[in-house]
Amino acid sequence: MSSVRVLVGTRKGAFLLTADGKRERWEVSGPHFGGWEIYHVKASPVDPNRIYASQSTGWFGQIMQRSNDGGKTWEPVGNKFAYEGVPGTHQWYDGTPHPWEFKRVWHVEPSWTNADTVYAGIEDAALFRSADAGQTWEEVSGLRRHGSGPHWQPGGGGMCLHTIILDPANPERIYIAISAAGTFRTDDGGVTWRAINRGLKSAQIPDPEAEVGHCVHHVAMHRSRPDVLFMQKHWDVMRSDDAGDSWREVSGNLPTDFGFALDVHAHEPETIYVVPIKSDSEHYPPEGKLRVYRSRTGGNQWEALSEGLPQSDCYVNVLRDAMAVDSLDSCGVYFGTTGGQVYASADAGDHWAPIVRDLPAVLSVEVQTLP
Amino acid sequence: MIRVVLPAHLRTLARVNGEVELEVAPPASVRSVLDALEDRYPTLRGTIRDQATGQRRPFVRFFACGEDLSHQPPDTPLPQAVVSGVEPLLLVGAIAGG
Repeated sequence: MSSVRVLVGTRKGAFLLTADGKRERWEVSGPHFGGWEIYHVKASPVDPNRIYASQSTGWFGQIMQRSNDGGKTWEPVGNKFAYEGVPGTHQWYDGTPHPWEFKRVWHVEPSWTNADTVYAGIEDAALFRSADAGQTWEEVSGLRRHGSGPHWQPGGGGMCLHTIILDPANPERIYIAISAAGTFRTDDGGVTWRAINRGLKSAQIPDPEAEVGHCVHHVAMHRSRPDVLFMQKHWDVMRSDDAGDSWREVSGNLPTDFGFALDVHAHEPETIYVVPIKSDSEHYPPEGKLRVYRSRTGGNQWEALSEGLPQSDCYVNVLRDAMAVDSLDSCGVYFGTTGGQVYASADAGDHWAPIVRDLPAVLSVEVQTLP
Repeated sequence: MIRVVLPAHLRTLARVNGEVELEVAPPASVRSVLDALEDRYPTLRGTIRDQATGQRRPFVRFFACGEDLSHQPPDTPLPQAVVSGVEPLLLVGAIAGG
């Protein structure tokens, strides 16, 4: 019988949550790396026992961890992230030039085809790649050489490269997103990049339709349609049907189109999920009601999903990497909150139940569907 | 033999219990002790000082003999009590909340 393993990164450690395919009874393992911030944990699609984790603290910096046995044991691997050449400056919060400085790894993205190849998105924004299972890291420096780097600026969480999408059909194509710069795409394996933000409108920057400067919160894709992208921007939920060349808003009837998390149903490429958050200064659900919104039409028409979720006095946030789906026949949807709850739905969002309620603030959620 | 006390998180990372003892050629300094420490425990690279610049991480402190050595030049010779092993060199996570 199939099973699932939920990989949870929190402010104070990593947790692995496992269940059989019914997804009713859960075992909790952790904290792994207790006391450290775990920004992201993700497994290789090639080898499900190979898991990478980003571990950091303000005291002792960045550690990268690798497991070769499904998270039972871990070993530290390479943690040297050196920008190629002279990194130069980006904009600081006050608009002045600020030197590029490595701070932490936000996101790890293992290759579709090689368990030893993994990408890392870092703050200050850059993309790194390891071809030796995390032992050494090399910058994919064409991205910072795009030319717009001096105009990138940090969002509230820092100037982070937080989203990496590898095109499963075209190994030369990679999408990344940076707060606050926008979305970029390479079609030559990372040598050259282009900003793909046409159609985005952001009132928070001097030219709302500028090529770069947008605070993109998250982007998701269904692997069967790699040219179709969905985006949760600072404000606005967006969609592209041409690999990011152009975007249109699909916020439709959402109660608020601010938010962070977004994902796509495992078997229905037009079914997408977001968690609306009240506003950029009020990072909690509208009306104190935690609701996932689902669109079965690829956006514009949304329905609230609230069965089993708190519908009063709920003031948690759901961060950008804290939602994921499994690929069982009845698609499971999972998300974690800054209040330490991890919620699961085994029926595509119709009904929800907490797996755990009292973890540290959840930073990221990924799911493995195991045979 | 120089005795080094690591903070709990770094002991876990290096998989050591208690103090670490290191042979360091004279004149021993914070820099040469950290060089020896990182040679023996490569997983500690980058956790105490920046790998590129060698600068102490902002929230790490070096104490010995009741003194704060954090702001001395890293090649300053260590106190004789540390060199002789009577007193340990303490690597401390700064008071910084969290």
